[in-house]
Amino acid sequence: MTTTPVAGRTTSVAARATELSKIYGQGETQVVALDRVTVEFRQAEFTAIMGPSGSGKSTLMHCVAGLDTFSSGSVRIGETELGSLKDKQLTKLRRDKIGFIFQAFNLLPTLTALENITLPMDIAGRKPDKEWLDSVIRMVGLRDRLGHRPAQLSGGQQQRVAVARALASKPDIIFGDEPTGNLDSRSGAEVLGFLRNSVRELGQTVVMVTHDPVAAAYADRVVFLADGRIVDEMYKPTADNVLDFMKQFDAKGRTS
Amino acid sequence: MFRTALRNVLAHKARLLMTVLAVMLGVAFVSGTLVFTNTISEAYQKSSAKGFDQVDVAVTAESEKDKGNTIGKRNELTQALLDQSAKVPGAANAIGVVSGFTAIADKDGKLIGGGFQSQGGNYYGAEDPRYPLAEGKAPHGANQVAIDSRTAKRAGYKVGDTVRLSVDGPVLKPVITGIFTTDDGNVAAGGSLALYDTATAQKLFGKPGTYDEIDVKAAAGTSQTALKAALDKALPADRVETTTGRELADDQAELISSSMSGLKQGLLVFAGIALFVGTFIIANTFTMLVAQRTKELALLRAVGASRRQVTRSVLIEAFVVGLVAAVTGLVAGIGIGAGLRSLMGTLGATVPDGPLIITPGTVGAALAVGVLVTMLAAWLPGRRAAKIPPVAAMSSLHAKATTKSLVLRNTLGALFSGAGVAVILAATTMDGSDGQAPMGLGAVLLIIGVFILTPLLSRPLIAAAAPLMRVFGISGKLARQNSVRNPRRTAATASALMIGLTLITGMTVMAGSLQKSIDKMATAAVKADYVVSMANGNELSPDVEKKLAKVDGVTEVSPLRNAASRIDGETEYLTGVNGSAIGKLTDLKVDNGTFKVGGTDVVVDKDRAKSFGWRAGSTFTVHYEDGKAQRLTVAGVYEGNELISGIMLDTATLSPHLRDASDMQVMLKTSDGTSDATKDRLEKALGSNPAIKVQDKKDLSDSIAQMFTLMLNMLYGLLAMAVLVAVLGVINTLAMSVFERSQEIGMLRAIGLDRKGIKRMVRLESLVISLFGGVLGIGLGVFFGWAAGELLGARMATYELVLPWARMAVFLLLAATVGILAALWPARRAARMNMLSAIKAE
Repeated sequence: MTTTPVAGRTTSVAARATELSKIYGQGETQVVALDRVTVEFRQAEFTAIMGPSGSGKSTLMHCVAGLDTFSSGSVRIGETELGSLKDKQLTKLRRDKIGFIFQAFNLLPTLTALENITLPMDIAGRKPDKEWLDSVIRMVGLRDRLGHRPAQLSGGQQQRVAVARALASKPDIIFGDEPTGNLDSRSGAEVLGFLRNSVRELGQTVVMVTHDPVAAAYADRVVFLADGRIVDEMYKPTADNVLDFMKQFDAKGRTS
Repeated sequence: MFRTALRNVLAHKARLLMTVLAVMLGVAFVSGTLVFTNTISEAYQKSSAKGFDQVDVAVTAESEKDKGNTIGKRNELTQALLDQSAKVPGAANAIGVVSGFTAIADKDGKLIGGGFQSQGGNYYGAEDPRYPLAEGKAPHGANQVAIDSRTAKRAGYKVGDTVRLSVDGPVLKPVITGIFTTDDGNVAAGGSLALYDTATAQKLFGKPGTYDEIDVKAAAGTSQTALKAALDKALPADRVETTTGRELADDQAELISSSMSGLKQGLLVFAGIALFVGTFIIANTFTMLVAQRTKELALLRAVGASRRQVTRSVLIEAFVVGLVAAVTGLVAGIGIGAGLRSLMGTLGATVPDGPLIITPGTVGAALAVGVLVTMLAAWLPGRRAAKIPPVAAMSSLHAKATTKSLVLRNTLGALFSGAGVAVILAATTMDGSDGQAPMGLGAVLLIIGVFILTPLLSRPLIAAAAPLMRVFGISGKLARQNSVRNPRRTAATASALMIGLTLITGMTVMAGSLQKSIDKMATAAVKADYVVSMANGNELSPDVEKKLAKVDGVTEVSPLRNAASRIDGETEYLTGVNGSAIGKLTDLKVDNGTFKVGGTDVVVDKDRAKSFGWRAGSTFTVHYEDGKAQRLTVAGVYEGNELISGIMLDTATLSPHLRDASDMQVMLKTSDGTSDATKDRLEKALGSNPAIKVQDKKDLSDSIAQMFTLMLNMLYGLLAMAVLVAVLGVINTLAMSVFERSQEIGMLRAIGLDRKGIKRMVRLESLVISLFGGVLGIGLGVFFGWAAGELLGARMATYELVLPWARMAVFLLLAATVGILAALWPARRAARMNMLSAIKAE
């Protein structure tokens, strides 16, 4: 690997949400999806967002990633405040600064694996950094699959292409929305391994929404959400710790 | 099942909209045609029936048949016969009818009406019951005329005005003494009618002392048949024929409805084309709907619905869609029918008044066509729906495009296309009319073949557009790939456009080539500076030639005088020409002998020489219409053409045998060629007669071109409907594709493709599909145009293929415009899509 861990930068913040609220509807039918959430995602850190269904974890990620609008508060990616951006600028921001890995439908079926990986750069009209692209492809082990179309790849391979795509444009931050949700445990472990390696070895910043404690254990830090609020966070999580916390949390939820 | 189907229709309202519109347009075309033609023919029938009010029995002269070497003489209806008819028991009165052509000029000297419905006639007696006078009094003597009220109103003529008229050349300037009203069908249809007193009319129309028809009115209490019987008894049966007014009206009605049915059939063919194109869209829509609903349909199967029930539910949907479309189409069609009539009115073609006719047949046809076409087109998708296995309900996968091999399809398509091309090529080597049927068959086979092959053709043809698409970056690349993603769907969409453009291009190629060849024929054979003829193709008086010969600067003049004769017991028309001038006025290729006309020397065109077995030096006997015979010698054989053909002999030889000479055309050459001043002089010499055309070669070409342009524009207008339906098809396919690919579009938006890029992607896909259809259609059209030309060209020496490059470029541009317009709405929809729900939706 040519890149070294960037120790000095670990303290700087890649993305930050301050007093972030997202409210659907009005009056009686009003639903508060996010309730004055403040959270920071530091550079070269792998963060998992966890919480039960309806806790607002996906909404938080969508708002921070510039995919969704929010009602109040502020979101910053690096130095850029998202609240003031128009759709066009937001699109450009997503293209240049953010990488995405979705649960499904990450790839265009008409493009080959390689074309899918370079898609964000093709959209921007930029030439990919050849050396970097090669190292990303080598890392996810897709060298001999580059000419294949998504239909000819397994689910795990498809998701590895998605990881490579997210890494290839060297974004400031990568967001994953249940990236292993549709995979068997072995393929899921592979994909999570790549994400963790990208953080450890390449200094990439990754934020991932998941409901799987095993997946969360790959992260450096876990943020727990419930009812649109951050209820706790945990550093250096293990699957057991996370599971215990969730059980305890569930029990608390039932009694309260 | 019915309820499920109905719910489905309601749930997919928006997606079915284009299908409904496509069917609706076709049905509207059909019902509009029926309503329009029924209304018009009913109105004409009524107005012509009114014209026979005054006639209980019409007496007409019976012509003798042409026999042996004598030309059958026309019996004459004399005053004696008229008087005899009036005295028959049961007859109230009898009117002698004289009719002919009379052109009326408006105050600017322009011809009123088209010239084809410019009629003249006689005002019989002191008070003619056929023509009630609205103003003034009956015409008397050569300098008085009465005109119909519609014409008077149109041109602003009043009683006392002097009007310029022409019957067969010389200009008359009588005074209008009366304005009358009439129900005459021709007048109602925009023509004009001028009436003279009987003696003047007889003289002007070249029938002194005789009538064209005697109309007898029955006395009160006498029936038409009784009167007819009485007349038959009283009048010489070998000289006259009697017909009751009712029979006349019936004959007229039949004539009108048969001429209308030609128009009706012509229009219905185009409606059929539009509907045929519509079936592609219907089939496409239902295929897509079935694919999108795979899970739903599988669930139905899983809970126990049989295959037949699934198919039936799709067909019921089609039925509902078809019915809605048919009903709206019918309403629109009635509107079109009414609109067309008033449109004709504003264009100057006056149509008799009458109510809008909507027959039960029209309603039935519209509904049946709409429903049947839709259900037929949905039948295959319905069968495909039934084949979905119940287990598909459990699978989380999206229904994939059928990946069934195209091998069978391609083989079939190749067979059809190959057979089509072979039959067409064989047909081009055949003789004119023999080749028509095989040519048509070949065309149908080839169109079907190409249609079957379009999925195969789409890949290489669309790949060829790749360099062009690269300009548009990633949007272009994605658009190109999306357009070949589902070759069947792309093919059906493009085929719809292809059919319209094939026909349009084919017609254009044929018309252009024909126009060129006819033009060449006309202008190459004519050396005359000017050709003088009647605006409506009627015959000219010999006076015209005499007047023209006296004009300053005219060096050579020759009429083309038409006369019937009998040769070897066959009727043959002779052309009398000025023997010394004709060689300088025409440029006809001489096959053998010399081009010499004079005395007993004549020239004959190649075809006639062949059929009579003549060559230069042959002699033959001609029997003129006065019964005299003469021996003529063929001096030369020339190559005739559409304009000049037949046996040409000197007028000095011919005219003594003619009672009334009449000329089809007069050709002339002047000392200073063609110029505005010369033309002006010629027109002045003829009294600036509105009914006479003085044309130089360029005018001839122009009038030929004008005829073709008019015809082409009409065809374009009719085929526009098919193109419009095809546009709906492109919109439909795109909208459905956008819907099916919403997740992809959401993902593209998320990773940074902006709205503009998404829009561009959809638009380019549309452009690619449309251009694909356009290229196929133009290619096929050129081939058909070429093949049809080969067939026609065999009979036309001057035929050559003219490829209208500029027009073809316009058609390609049209296809591109279709693509861009069709993409407007789907592209907007795609760009507006909420990316979060798009990504999550599954």
